Amino acid sequence: MVEKDTTGAEFQDAQPLVSEWRRFQRVFFSRGVVMFGLIILLLFVFTAIFAGWLAPYDPYKPGVGKSLFQPSKDHLLGTDIFGRDTLSRLIYGSRTALMVGFISVGVGSIIGITLGVIAGYSGGISFMVIMRAMDAFMCFPMILLALVVASVLGGGIQNVIIALSVATIPGYARISCGLTLSIKENDYILAQRAMGASNRGTMLRHILPNAFPPLIVLMTTQLGSLILAEAGLSFLGIGIEPPGAAWGAMVNDGYKYLLNNPVLSFAPGLAIMLVVFAFNMVGDGMRDALDPRLRGLL
Amino acid sequence: MTTYIMRRLIQALFVLILVTLLVFFVMRLLPGDPILIYVAQSADLEGMTPEMLHKLRHEFGLDKPIIVQYANWVSGVFRGELGTSIFYREKVRTLMMERFPITLHLGLLALILGAVLGVLAGLLAAVRRGKWVDKVVTPLTYVGVTIPVFWLGILMIYAFGLKLKWLPIAGYTSPFDDFWLSTRRLVMPVICLAVFLLAANARQMRSSMLEVIRQDYIRTAWAKGLRERMVILRHAMKNSLIPVITLMGMGVGIIFGGSVLVETVFAIPGVGRLLVSSIFGHDYVVVQAITLVIAVIVLLTNLIVDISYGWFDPRIRYS
Repeated sequence: MVEKDTTGAEFQDAQPLVSEWRRFQRVFFSRGVVMFGLIILLLFVFTAIFAGWLAPYDPYKPGVGKSLFQPSKDHLLGTDIFGRDTLSRLIYGSRTALMVGFISVGVGSIIGITLGVIAGYSGGISFMVIMRAMDAFMCFPMILLALVVASVLGGGIQNVIIALSVATIPGYARISCGLTLSIKENDYILAQRAMGASNRGTMLRHILPNAFPPLIVLMTTQLGSLILAEAGLSFLGIGIEPPGAAWGAMVNDGYKYLLNNPVLSFAPGLAIMLVVFAFNMVGDGMRDALDPRLRGLL
Repeated sequence: MTTYIMRRLIQALFVLILVTLLVFFVMRLLPGDPILIYVAQSADLEGMTPEMLHKLRHEFGLDKPIIVQYANWVSGVFRGELGTSIFYREKVRTLMMERFPITLHLGLLALILGAVLGVLAGLLAAVRRGKWVDKVVTPLTYVGVTIPVFWLGILMIYAFGLKLKWLPIAGYTSPFDDFWLSTRRLVMPVICLAVFLLAANARQMRSSMLEVIRQDYIRTAWAKGLRERMVILRHAMKNSLIPVITLMGMGVGIIFGGSVLVETVFAIPGVGRLLVSSIFGHDYVVVQAITLVIAVIVLLTNLIVDISYGWFDPRIRYS
């Protein structure tokens, strides 16, 4: 799966004709839909960071006598039942999505990859115990696991992050375990052992970098699924507490006024979809640019 | 083959034990005293003496050591005894018997729809690569895997329920009571639930089909003058279906996960909605039972998929 990199390690002195990075750029930036995704992603991150400057109104302060306004010049997406500007809440909601997505992917991948590499590299009893435990976790659909964990821990955004991190661990563990199993068959790992290198050093310096390309692709697409899962949880009423803004919760709030003001529900849903789509596209683009053979596997 | 099946069965048994441990101990970490919540919901809390609370606790077995509670729970589960709901004051088994068929009805229809249409769409897109079918199907599959199901449900309710008034917007009727009404009520939820799986299947089918039709044996089939239908259906489709079968194993989990959201949107009284309300009501006995049943179903499906996978592709067995 990663033979390309092993040859790279063998001929470290020889300069390749086209650098890896160049080749990556050429493939990655060549597809229109990937570029579209990338632009949406940049806009999304920009919006989340500069929400305070971009939002035309205070997203939390109720507007007296402005309940359920239709979209107009003053309120481009109308107002909700409390008279709060929908556009401003949408802009602030991007922060919730971004924060939950990035932190959960960070925490989930670190724990999952560590477990997977250890299981794959050591084999034997630790492989058995770790991977069967991951199998057990995988019997619970992601949203269900997150739902139960979040309910055990109680509401609040930090508990949703913990719940989603837990829910993503088995996926990373399984993939990185598989990658480690195939990487450790290489001669350079044998050479490391023969030289008496420590197991930890071998895992960190040799296994991990070689397993990196598929994992970074997985992390990118996972960001999309996590934002989708967070939206699902907040739609059900788990996660962010009022008056905080989360897209899923906004869809649910607007659902009650679907006939009067459908934009309330439509706009945040569209935002979720666009961002998830963008992460998927960028992930696909990275996969094709890093290693076309991964197509269909990730 | 027998060794392979035996090995998978032992593995599955081990995983099953881990699943029960997970379900039981995670749920017991729930905040709040279930007895106090129960009392607050059903009677006046002030009127309860500590002795009465103790008696209730004893009745639900909550005063025993946790290991004993786990053992009791597991042995009960094996006898089909899932406990008594603190909130509904009903046997969980009775509750499940009421709710589960509804989710199953919805889920099975969605699973079949997703599988059949997904495979068909992917097949067509691959065979007519670059033609209009592909140009319509492929972008739609991207939409299908990214659209939030609960939002799709709301869009459909708005368009087909509220504006066009073609379909009822919520609720569930048993097909044995009124088949026509039942079907009309299920159209939107089933489509919602099926969309993700349909799109995922179509994508997987398209890419594995494109992989397969490049193979030499397909060229041979063409060369010996077989008609297109024969080449595609008899030779190419069989091998491209293998990755789709794996996906279908995951599909069961996806359907159960999605049913939590879809049942909430369409107000369908299935296990998904029961789970959500039980979580909010801290009715841990019900949550335990539902998560356990779903996990076991997912576990069994994966076991069946793995074994059939080993049968389809003998290389798997020996690795």
